[in-house]
Amino acid sequence: MNHTTYATGLDALAAMFTRAKAAGRAAFLPYFPVGFPTYDESLDIIEAMAAAGADGFEIGVPFSDPLADGPIIQAATQVALENGVTVQRCLDAVRELRSRGVHQPMLLMGYLNPLLAYGPDAFAEAARSAGADGVIVPDLPPEEASLVGDACARHGLALTAFLAPTSNAQRVALVAERATGFIYVVSVTGVTGARSALPPGLEDFIARVRAQTDKPLVLGFGISQPEQARRVNPLVDGFIVGSALVKAGQSGIHSVRDLAASLRAALDD
Amino acid sequence: MGNHRQVTEPVSVPDARGYYGEYGGRFVPETLVPALDELIEAFESAMADPAFLTRFADLQATYTGRPTPLTYARRLSDHLGGARIYLKREDLAHTGAHKINNALGQALLAERMGKRRIVAETGAGQHGVAAATACALLGLECHVYMGSVDMARQRPNVFRMQLLGAEVIPVESGSRTLKDAINEAIRDWVTNVDTTHYLLGSALGPHPYPLMVREFQSVIGIEARQQMIEQAGRLPDTVIACVGGGSNAIGIFHAFRDDDPIDLIGVEAGGCGIGSGEHAARFADPATGRPGVLHGTRSYVLQDADGQIRNTYSVSAGLDYAAVGPEHAYLRQLERAFYTYATDDEALSAFQTLCQLEGIIPALESAHAVAETIKRAPAMPRDSIILVNLSGRGDKDLDTVIAQLGGQA
Repeated sequence: MNHTTYATGLDALAAMFTRAKAAGRAAFLPYFPVGFPTYDESLDIIEAMAAAGADGFEIGVPFSDPLADGPIIQAATQVALENGVTVQRCLDAVRELRSRGVHQPMLLMGYLNPLLAYGPDAFAEAARSAGADGVIVPDLPPEEASLVGDACARHGLALTAFLAPTSNAQRVALVAERATGFIYVVSVTGVTGARSALPPGLEDFIARVRAQTDKPLVLGFGISQPEQARRVNPLVDGFIVGSALVKAGQSGIHSVRDLAASLRAALDD
Repeated sequence: MGNHRQVTEPVSVPDARGYYGEYGGRFVPETLVPALDELIEAFESAMADPAFLTRFADLQATYTGRPTPLTYARRLSDHLGGARIYLKREDLAHTGAHKINNALGQALLAERMGKRRIVAETGAGQHGVAAATACALLGLECHVYMGSVDMARQRPNVFRMQLLGAEVIPVESGSRTLKDAINEAIRDWVTNVDTTHYLLGSALGPHPYPLMVREFQSVIGIEARQQMIEQAGRLPDTVIACVGGGSNAIGIFHAFRDDDPIDLIGVEAGGCGIGSGEHAARFADPATGRPGVLHGTRSYVLQDADGQIRNTYSVSAGLDYAAVGPEHAYLRQLERAFYTYATDDEALSAFQTLCQLEGIIPALESAHAVAETIKRAPAMPRDSIILVNLSGRGDKDLDTVIAQLGGQA
């Protein structure tokens, strides 16, 4: 399936969820930042994970003050900034990945200020034209989402929104109304980073959200091992793994590819 | 009384979404939104609860030592030969700075919400000391995040916090100053939000912090306005305060906001000069100081062309921060307040002048406000009045000043 088959990023994401559902599993979306350990290596790593069966990607745009991220992603994105990675360079990365034949949906994950500095409309237009399908902004709650969301809608990009275990029914309703593409469900109260165990109340939390929306749910924060992927597989429509893959990236492309392949394989068990 | 007419602008800010015009708002991870909602509710109910207000006022009087005096700086005024200068003595508040006003208010609020674990950030250490003090007073657990660069230049305050029972956690990420300490405090809060209150120290961050901090600090201006009338028989012509995040400035400005034509002047940290790039003057350098979002609020932020937050520099740790409170951005846009800067050298010179002429050792932060006063006063008539917010005392800065002056006072 070629990426250009889809008129909008929303269509590409919908097709991704449909395919995974038809196979009776959740979609696997790795996170990886552009520019870590170097710009070229980050592209090679993402391409290798695409070949290892990833269903979509969260492409990290580095920011100087990543307050929703734990130490591993903080350190990696700091390296990326020291490597000279800019928002423009991240857009170049998406374009380059498309030209290498990476066809999976790609969402750019970045904090608000660099997107505002680029200009929301210019950013959305350039992102879509580069081949991106959506945007994830961790410091943009739904009340403020129109700052970026209007531009995303104009250019056919999804803008996800987050839910957390602290979200009450009113928040779930608001996020369900505003999110496009999918709802990013944060598994724990906390920042990104591997945890040894998923929280005990996870099933109840997901059920609570499911009761209020039929939008796809993608779980993130704290998932690092195949065993955890197996547990979340029947619960959600997709899941994101970030810190564990970035940490593997410190040991080279093979470690990342092997971890990605084992996370993906866990979904077929 | 002077000819002070009431003005209709600025309108009451913030609005329900926490906006001051186009500045402010609430830009935080979703996990924190319910905690902010809870905080808004608790703050509003506390401010309408006579029992809370009485307890707060009682602690201000019997513990903080309020009202703080208003001092006529006779020798400084004579030396400059222009406006008469009055100093609002927040340096005489318990813990040595205005920070205690907000720390006590928020700690009482945390207690009211049943949150007995407090996290705070600190730059100069004054807010950290105030938070640790309020927590000791109320029996709350206190964790203070502080950049390791700031820990090195504010050693006495690190020890003070530890003596007061707080845990001081060094922050090694980024520029290892206030900005990074706030990042870490927010990360802690996201992780422990069910049990923890984030006791933010300045008039910045997501709504309701800028409002709450202003309200807890507004006692400075309320007292000073009354004291001006009592001691000088009239209101000042000009009010001057230093602006890091801007809590002491908004605290003294707020009571005068409707007194047109009183000039409200905020003084940012000019560091080594604007042209050097080594400063923390968000309003002075259009190339790098532009509206943006940092730490949950939209305001003026020092940033590069790509929207990455710039590292800042000032001799004064408390002004060394990349963003300014959103209400200051709004007051500036309305031209209700004006903002300028003082360099390190000007602040150090003002520091010495105040020591020698008035017997007051000011905090290096407050010395920036004194520096602007020294620039302005000579050109003003002898019957005019400048009110300066002397936001803190300078004992904590002695090591820095000794190093800067090469051991020569």
